[in-house]
Amino acid sequence: MAKIIVVTSGKGGVGKTTSAAAIATGLALRGNKTVVIDFDVGLRNLDLIMGCERRVVYDLVNVIQGEAGLKQAMIRDKRSENLHILPASQTRDKDALTLEGVEKVLMDLSEEFDYIICDSPAGIERGAQLALYFADEAVVVTNPEVSSVRDSDRILGLLSSKSRRAEQNRDPIKEHLLVTRYNPNRVDDGDMLNLEDIREILAIDLVGLIPESEAVLRASNQGVPVIHDDKSDAGQAYADTVSRLMGEDVPLRFQSVQKRGLIARMFGGGGRR
Amino acid sequence: MRLLDFLKGERKKSASVAKERLQIIVAHQRGHRGQPDYMPMLEQELLEVIRRYVKVDQDAINISLDSDNDCSVLELNVTLPNEGETVKG
Repeated sequence: MAKIIVVTSGKGGVGKTTSAAAIATGLALRGNKTVVIDFDVGLRNLDLIMGCERRVVYDLVNVIQGEAGLKQAMIRDKRSENLHILPASQTRDKDALTLEGVEKVLMDLSEEFDYIICDSPAGIERGAQLALYFADEAVVVTNPEVSSVRDSDRILGLLSSKSRRAEQNRDPIKEHLLVTRYNPNRVDDGDMLNLEDIREILAIDLVGLIPESEAVLRASNQGVPVIHDDKSDAGQAYADTVSRLMGEDVPLRFQSVQKRGLIARMFGGGGRR
Repeated sequence: MRLLDFLKGERKKSASVAKERLQIIVAHQRGHRGQPDYMPMLEQELLEVIRRYVKVDQDAINISLDSDNDCSVLELNVTLPNEGETVKG
């Protein structure tokens, strides 16, 4: 049985797809058979972040509607043979996803894979609810910013009431906080919520802290999940996150301002890597 | 005053303002967690009915639903203004 992990946030633009791509890739690099599913019907983007946009033939909606098999729709990742991508469709029909259809796809995938990562759309509408409904664990992606924190709290409400685990009175979904775009300099200046504040307000366990990093845009430009950039701060922070998801105890990094040496400052060019 | 605060280095940092605002709004959201979907409408309509008779503010009304094992209690608290401030004398 695969473990189903939803990457969700409520608010858009906080780094859900970046995180889903990095986490799925990291799990696969660690030897787990992993599939990552884009639930953002109508606005698919995971394929771009994963660098497989030109290889999309069939998608999740085709599978649910019986127009293609899972094997036809899944794209094998170029860099890791353990990793598959199931893209979302570009159709605008919001009702294309059904609860029964999603359940069938997840059950079929569950037999073959160790991890199923569900990349949720923004919002709290149907697509987001379907993405989290069957989850065993949730990664709640949050920026250190008021609207993102509030929306994350709304999502926590949904996770605890509108999921299959909640409705069947089973153990609740395991909730993990992933703070992204964290800028220790601004935290030091008192102009950004610090990690402790966010943890205290949302009251869930931290699984990772991703610093604001130039590596993230560089990675999405190239269609290579940022976790492959193992020299970058963001890449390393995602690798730590994956270790924690796999149950390892890894010390937290990138929480405070990184001091750069004089030489690095003179010749380092465009900021931290 | 702002200048004085600035000179004394006591300007309130924006992050702590954010934290206070979030604590309030999140506590409010959690109070509504798990309640039936009709609650906001019910609250709004009850407020309208009460306002037909008494002048009350939006925040003067407090409604909550508590569930025990076999029964639910809908609790409604309205802070009434001083006498004489009714809408229809």
